[in-house]
Amino acid sequence: MSARVGVITFPGTLDDVDAARAVRYAGGEAVSLWHRDTDLQGVDAVVVPGGFSYGDYLRAGAIAARSPVMGPVVEAAHRGLPVLGICNGFQILCEAELLPGALVRNAGLRFICREVRLRVENSTTAWTSGIAAGAEITVPLKSGEGRFVADDDTLARLEDEGRVVFRYADPAPNGALHDVAGVCSDDGRVVGLMPHPEHAIDPLTGPGTDGLGLFTSVLARLTAAA
Amino acid sequence: MRRVGDVTAQAASAGSPAPEPAPEPADTVEVAVATPEREQPYAALGLRDEEYARIREILGRRPTDAELAMYSVMWSEHCSYKSSKVHLRRFGETTTDEMRAHLLAGIGENAGVVDVGDGWAVTFKIESHNHPSYVEPHQGAATGVGGIVRDIMAMGARPVAVMDGLRVGPLDAPDTARVLPGVVSGVGFYGNCLGLPNLGGEVVFDPTYAGNPLVNALCVGVLRTEDLHLAFASGVGNKIVLFGARTGLDGIGGVSVLASETFTGSAGGGGHKKLPSVQVGDPFAEKVLIECCLELYRDGLVVGIQDLGGAGLSCATSELASAGSGGMDVDLDAVHLRAKDMTPAEILSSESQERMCAVVTPENVDAFMAVCERWDVTATVIGEVTDGENLRITAGGNVVVDVPPRTVAHDGPVYSRPLARPDSQDELQARTTAGLARPSSPADLAATIERLAASPQLASRAWVTEQYDRYVRGNTAAATPADAGVLRLDESSDRGIALAIDCNARFCLLDPREGARLALAESVRNVAAAGARPVAVSDCLNFGSPEDPGVIWQFSEAVDGLAQGCVELGVPVTGGNVSFYNQTGTTAILPTPVVGVLGLVEDVHHAVPHGFGPDGDAVWLLGETRDELDGSAWAGVVHEHLGGRPPRCDLAVEARLAELMAQGAAAQLFSGAHDVSDGGLAQALVEAAVVSGRGAAVTPPPGELDLAAALFSESAARMVVTVPAWAEADLARLCVELGQPAARLGEVGGTALEIRGVDPLDVVELATLSASTLPAALGD
Repeated sequence: MSARVGVITFPGTLDDVDAARAVRYAGGEAVSLWHRDTDLQGVDAVVVPGGFSYGDYLRAGAIAARSPVMGPVVEAAHRGLPVLGICNGFQILCEAELLPGALVRNAGLRFICREVRLRVENSTTAWTSGIAAGAEITVPLKSGEGRFVADDDTLARLEDEGRVVFRYADPAPNGALHDVAGVCSDDGRVVGLMPHPEHAIDPLTGPGTDGLGLFTSVLARLTAAA
Repeated sequence: MRRVGDVTAQAASAGSPAPEPAPEPADTVEVAVATPEREQPYAALGLRDEEYARIREILGRRPTDAELAMYSVMWSEHCSYKSSKVHLRRFGETTTDEMRAHLLAGIGENAGVVDVGDGWAVTFKIESHNHPSYVEPHQGAATGVGGIVRDIMAMGARPVAVMDGLRVGPLDAPDTARVLPGVVSGVGFYGNCLGLPNLGGEVVFDPTYAGNPLVNALCVGVLRTEDLHLAFASGVGNKIVLFGARTGLDGIGGVSVLASETFTGSAGGGGHKKLPSVQVGDPFAEKVLIECCLELYRDGLVVGIQDLGGAGLSCATSELASAGSGGMDVDLDAVHLRAKDMTPAEILSSESQERMCAVVTPENVDAFMAVCERWDVTATVIGEVTDGENLRITAGGNVVVDVPPRTVAHDGPVYSRPLARPDSQDELQARTTAGLARPSSPADLAATIERLAASPQLASRAWVTEQYDRYVRGNTAAATPADAGVLRLDESSDRGIALAIDCNARFCLLDPREGARLALAESVRNVAAAGARPVAVSDCLNFGSPEDPGVIWQFSEAVDGLAQGCVELGVPVTGGNVSFYNQTGTTAILPTPVVGVLGLVEDVHHAVPHGFGPDGDAVWLLGETRDELDGSAWAGVVHEHLGGRPPRCDLAVEARLAELMAQGAAAQLFSGAHDVSDGGLAQALVEAAVVSGRGAAVTPPPGELDLAAALFSESAARMVVTVPAWAEADLARLCVELGQPAARLGEVGGTALEIRGVDPLDVVELATLSASTLPAALGD
């Protein structure tokens, strides 16, 4: 039986169809989760997709982080459930304090949509274990508030503990500190990144298939554990 | 989301001015009958003496304030098409049954709908939001996107992509740095937040747009043919439901102020409490509304649906009622408001965004409300369909509107404005490019190519398009800078569509009829470059004041050219939009009939890629090049010249090229393609090289033309294609079979564009030149 991966839809979520498709392409079963759900339907992992949940009102990700479905997600994450936050999903995971740091307005103050090269700096997380360390992947970045920031101590800790999972191979177009594109929790089960691996799963519609590695990584691990 | 909405509403009322005196009692039908002589501000609302007299004649009394508000917005140029109707009829008159064969809905509906097979239908439309985008570029452009998206939703379709055609003043004009970034951020803000991929469009700079930018937004939607919803209210007892955002004071009189009469005049009632006439968009509310509507359609809970755009409830209620069989009662007390003490006229005229109006059978009302609740969308029954004949609207228990709905929605004035070919036209056409100095040395030619590539007219649009999401929903097979956007219709099928919008308004000034045909030709060629077959046209006709006989002549000529061109191609116009009064003082914009073309792609995997194919592939030029430099980018950029006659336009030749591209694409002969248009063959080669990151060694086709003409002429019906060696014989055979002139120019390869007779051009340097122009002016 293939692993079941929950994909959350908040009002304003946009890339849920893409995330579900990526799960399917990687061989998993995508399970739709609604923002009002309080039961995760026994899923083996969760993707918090991109978009503008609750219209980015108040602060990107702030309202979604406190929505009903996030309660059980946070709880399960603390018990080791693999969780991936993409773009707005990353912002939500930071707001939910599953991941350190924050995402603020791009340095140029404009929305940026372009393909970027990322260096995979940690290939031991739940979502990157199938990707070679140091590998470069090309995926689209599309966000207006994607500049990763954290205080000096947090940044130093993230670097020391190898928790910078993805780094922009070229200078970060959004001005992210240390060119950080994605980070993980201390147990490597929760990963968040601004660029969109779910848009790089088919050469027809994206820059290639580099993004599929995140989804196959988690599925391989879940299948092995089953 | 209701919770958040409440917060916003409170914040809005908290920020409103100090306590106001209690409003005067509303003007009712009863009062109107009793006070026939009361003076009414019809002129300030944009109505002429004879129009006001006609309203009194229809009603047999003076209109109430609310009725006057309704007639004034619905009879405005924007809503009634009073100056364009007599011309637009020619689209309908020239459309044959054969052209109509695949149309499920045409002009007159919110948007045209085309049957594309397998039970799928596609609906698309372009609309202008020009004047609001000058006043407030960000919100004006944002709500332009929001409005066209609701038009598509109202057809029962899921909106799946947007495009935009933008026209602003010169790149170095001071106001362009305000208008263009604002417009782009508005288009991006709204479209990105809705999750609609932006497939591309146009950005054009010209002095005539400096005081009057054009923002034309296109939306395309997909539906199952059985889900087609047309706006009508029939079935006595059916409920009228208003849902979506609350109704506020924003945008009141927007259409009458902005699309009619003078741009600077003030109009509309409300005075002291009126908010800015440009509406404020909330794309989140619209995104939720889209999903809510799609669920309502899926569950079969809607009889008819209408979006609220220009003229708000006035438009929605009168249009729904006049499209149905009976009358309609509406109670304004039921409308959820976000401001206090709104008068009936204000409620009816409000252009608050993100609202829809549905007709629902009584037994489905509860299920309808449940779906709205799931999406946190506010919904209220505001009325019902009656067996009467009139649209009756009450407020506070009094009848404030009692009108035959057709007289509001459809029986507005129709004007045959005087038209006259401007005296200056002959002089303009006589001032050809014949005397202009042409480059001839290899160094001069190379310098000219570089100058064109870096010019604002032709430079890379990445600064703009990188602010738009093109990936969302995962069906985008091609987007800008490709000639056409290509979209997979459905994951389970490989069927797709191609879309392009285009207009060379410089050609239209020289000859509006030929210019409009050339715009059609270029859009067709753009979708053909992807290997798609053109099936439908939508247009957005942007012109100056219809009270200027010269402008009406341009308009009439352009409509004729377009209507006739569509007949020649056998492709129908399915809908569109007219925008008049685009001028600064007495100077009109260049006549700008923007043409959008929808094409079908049998298999998106076979869509032809943009640019050059791999090294070693042959470069061919399809079509014939003539000495046609009048109106060209070369004449404009190098000589600041605009005069003469536009290139010849033969749509039979254009159709043949499109057919060849479709057949060649199906046989997978092409590794790349790019249409030849602005900047001629030279610019087509530069763009193909830059986008592919590859050079080429080519020789312009032999003939009597000098090199400058061969490289910079903008003859129509041409395409650069690249072909793998194995396919060259097949392509040659196909060209012979269809009678398509073609020439082999050379081969792809190397790091430079080497054109015989021209100094070599490094591809990386060309890319840098092209990419630097917009950021240098607008900021990195």
